[in-house]
Amino acid sequence: MTSEASVPSSTPPDRRRVPLILFAWLWVGAPLAYGLYELVLKVRQLFTG
Amino acid sequence: MSMPIAPPGWSRWLVPPAALSVHLSIGQAYAWSVFKPPLESALDLTGTQSALPFQLGIVMLGLSAAFGGRWVERNGPRRAMTVALVCFSSGFLISALGAATGQYWLIVLGYGFVGGIGLGIGYISPVSTLIKWFPDRPGMATGIAIMGFGGGALIASPWSTQMLDSFGRDGHGIALAFLVHGLVYAVFMSLGVLLIRVPRAPLAADPLPAAPAAESVRTDTGPQVSANSAIRTPQFWCLWVVLCMNVTAGIGILEKAAPMITDFFSGTSAPVSVSAAAGFVALLSAANMAGRIGWSSTSDLIGRKNVYRVYLGVGALMYLLIAWFGDTSKPLFVICALVILSFYGGGFATVPAYLKDLFGTYEVGAIHGRLLTAWSLAGVLGPLIVNRVADAQKEAGKSGATLYGLSFTIMIGLLVVGFVANELIRPVHPRHHHIPSPRKAADDERSVRTEQHPA
Repeated sequence: MTSEASVPSSTPPDRRRVPLILFAWLWVGAPLAYGLYELVLKVRQLFTG
Repeated sequence: MSMPIAPPGWSRWLVPPAALSVHLSIGQAYAWSVFKPPLESALDLTGTQSALPFQLGIVMLGLSAAFGGRWVERNGPRRAMTVALVCFSSGFLISALGAATGQYWLIVLGYGFVGGIGLGIGYISPVSTLIKWFPDRPGMATGIAIMGFGGGALIASPWSTQMLDSFGRDGHGIALAFLVHGLVYAVFMSLGVLLIRVPRAPLAADPLPAAPAAESVRTDTGPQVSANSAIRTPQFWCLWVVLCMNVTAGIGILEKAAPMITDFFSGTSAPVSVSAAAGFVALLSAANMAGRIGWSSTSDLIGRKNVYRVYLGVGALMYLLIAWFGDTSKPLFVICALVILSFYGGGFATVPAYLKDLFGTYEVGAIHGRLLTAWSLAGVLGPLIVNRVADAQKEAGKSGATLYGLSFTIMIGLLVVGFVANELIRPVHPRHHHIPSPRKAADDERSVRTEQHPA
């Protein structure tokens, strides 16, 4: 990637981005939690089925 | 669409969810089997025919990752993610049209060909960006994203099933389900397109923090090898063999997990029911996903070569235990299979960081794409070995655990081959290192500064 820097900036992260970080992780975390919940239900069949 | 350079103060913790939004979506590919039975009854297809969109999708994943890698490096992750979004979503929309009109070839073309390009470009799109943001923890960073590929099926499988239950399993219901998939995945992946940023160069004008910032990271140094040079090195091909052997060993169990556990304990006092076998398959998926984040993060601590020694060496030992004692103890069988599957996932997730250690960050995404051809071969090899051997043994009148003894011995042999290949990996010779010409380096520097401080 020719026009891209090779090291992250040393500038400290902006605290105003915290809500955005939380939103982004919730965006991907919520469906993943749903998938894991469904998985646990199936895994129980190994011990009860 | 210019390179999305991070503004000052951009948090690197926004990059993993951007990558996850893409990987969790394209991971849906592993849940294709949900659509197979309804398609077979609605369009009068055989099992082989209904598998075609998935198979073509995986072939296209390998091809587009191998041949699109340099394009991704040149154009950056945002453009790559956009292409992945458009291809993956339009694949579903074309398939919806195919299901609605009863034209199966449109489903093969849409989901398999167009969607498959989205799989390949999407898979490699965030890898090099993550490594650049997390040079201190590349294994963990790529592990998070590649864990998403494993997690995608966990989400899609129940979600798609519920959708088919609601819309119906005829052509109209399948078309509606494809349509909703295409639209929802487009929205879901757009977060990745919007959030992805490449780290900016430290400029002279940047104020230096008084103390080390929480997110400051060490400068990334080491060899920088281009994708074209990398494939001429023995290190690339040794790692190719390592990945191929590790994936083959994992797929060998994954592909036949349900009938395998049923066969192993069919003649015992505690046979495994169909629903318990389904639970075993789900548990393997969890181990596969946990291995991706767990083992790749461990590789940041113990080193890439050592973690592959564990995958291949301990993996062979686990196969040996299953082959010798697997049918005597259900917990032992389950634990060994879980460990093997965690190594399978770990192997996928650790390989980008291994490539970064060997070849640097210069074109690591493109090199990763080319290495994924090992996956394509393993995807054929693993199931072929286990199924052929099991069929041959069945024809010879054998049953139960003896159906798999020979294939497990073959897997142990393959893991030993992978172990030896890993031992042969040495640092790349400096003659392969990429040295930018002074003029090109100056142009690159000017380009970065212009994008960060536009006139």
